[in-house]
Amino acid sequence: MSPEVKPDFLISTEGLRFDGRRPDELRPIEFKVGVLQQADGSAYIKQGKTFIMAAVYGPRELHPRHLTLNDRAFLRVVYRMATFSVPDRKRPAPSRREREISMVIANALKPVLFLEDYPKAVVDVFIQVIQADGGTRCAAINAASLALADAGVPMRSLVPSVAVGKADGTLVVDLGDEEDKYGQGDVPMAIIPTTDEVTLLQQDGSFTREELVEAMQMGVQACKYIHELQKEALRRAYASRAPAEEEDDDYEDDLETDLGEADLVGEDE
Amino acid sequence: MAVYFQKREIVVPGQLLAEGRYRPSIGTYDEGGKIFASLVGLAELRGNTIKVVPLEGVYIPHEGDFVIGTITVVAGNNWKVDIGGPYIASLHVNNALRRPYDEDISRYFDIGEVIAAEVIAFDRSGGPFLTIKGRGLRKLTDGMILEVSPSKIPRIIGRRGSMINMIKDRLRIQTFVGQNGRIWIKAPGSSIMRIAVKAFKMIESEAHTSKLTDRVAAMIDEELAAIGEILPEDEAEAETPEDETEAASEEVAPIDEVTTTEDVEKEETPTGDETTSSVEDEIREKENDTEEVKEE
Repeated sequence: MSPEVKPDFLISTEGLRFDGRRPDELRPIEFKVGVLQQADGSAYIKQGKTFIMAAVYGPRELHPRHLTLNDRAFLRVVYRMATFSVPDRKRPAPSRREREISMVIANALKPVLFLEDYPKAVVDVFIQVIQADGGTRCAAINAASLALADAGVPMRSLVPSVAVGKADGTLVVDLGDEEDKYGQGDVPMAIIPTTDEVTLLQQDGSFTREELVEAMQMGVQACKYIHELQKEALRRAYASRAPAEEEDDDYEDDLETDLGEADLVGEDE
Repeated sequence: MAVYFQKREIVVPGQLLAEGRYRPSIGTYDEGGKIFASLVGLAELRGNTIKVVPLEGVYIPHEGDFVIGTITVVAGNNWKVDIGGPYIASLHVNNALRRPYDEDISRYFDIGEVIAAEVIAFDRSGGPFLTIKGRGLRKLTDGMILEVSPSKIPRIIGRRGSMINMIKDRLRIQTFVGQNGRIWIKAPGSSIMRIAVKAFKMIESEAHTSKLTDRVAAMIDEELAAIGEILPEDEAEAETPEDETEAASEEVAPIDEVTTTEDVEKEETPTGDETTSSVEDEIREKENDTEEVKEE
């Protein structure tokens, strides 16, 4: 890769961005669920040039034991960047930044998970950045929530996430690497789309109050769009395992799963 | 009162399933009178209860579950048993042996040995605790263990045991299906064993399709014909153990009678216990008492 140079402009005279997008346009996003055999749940996301893989293991027995929480499962998120994920080789030692992003992602995902269903256990989420081109923490949240759903961890909703920033004084959605580096600010956010709760909101750079409010509104819109993509990806992954279309005959061997809830029902059968 | 999904539609977490006087069950949650899915799976409405049949997931013990576990630790007066999933079960001697018993309890069950057990207690404060006092519960010393996804077990058992009984009748095998996704199989020969494994794998991979029992039956018949071993129909029917109409968790197939003592593939379970056959006999007798053959 050629050495990076600061682009002459981030917003062109026509009002388009460095890579030709409109200010409110996302990069092309591709999700795929169930990409790893070994993991209980997995997903990848390709967002522009950003490429991230997420794997979920568990709920499983927690080691080391002293981390045990008696009332709920421990959510352990590990965000790592591959050495080759950035133009300058990323030093392989775990960095302060990786630790921080791991925590931030865990905090963004925790509110949606029913961790109290699995006391003392652990849910492991491993996130590997294979190629970084801006917006990795948001992309990682998108992929991780899909991987969690794929693993069968009960959750309130998927968590879409996107970064809104400011480049040449214009608010732009889904920052690319250049906009991130040379723009004036960055607001990564994640929401719970069913209730519009915000589970991640960070800011760097400077925004006026009005700008921040507008940035968040743009972010919520973008998140809702990403949420649709997530749902579609998840359905697609399971569609092949879905019942055939020749339905509505009286299947005598119904999908019978009385996992002990029969006594709760009491009336029908 | 409204339901927002098709029958057996694939739903994703956060999807609104119903509003009004419906009851949330597994795979769902209630928020402000609305019911949402909390898992990926197939949505179903039975009566006024809404549930999502999961397609993935680990084994979470429930009281009354039958499980197959491996001894991992022998600790004074109890054994630690790996039953899969996040929780290590514990089996106390009082739930395993009759007094007097030897001080060294590893003589009875040692590390690496496999038991069929029942979960007697599990809640957030303790457990899971197991017992092996009960019909069909014992150390498994021969046959083999097949692991499948625990979420597919209800399908393998089938409604009132229809699937598992069909397989057992056709193949004349002994099985014990653990709710934790482990199936113990003892077949009279390796070719039958292979068909049995194929059948269970088939159920696992096609668990959400309809008419599965019929297709598995057809596959088994075909395979049996291929190896030239057709079992007389009438005998097979006579053996059908009918289930008492209990909850599905009770429907774990009891060990049924197969007199063949031929060698089978031995995996995981070490041999060397002659007491098992007598236990089986006991079980068989008990079962015959309660057995009543119904017409399909």
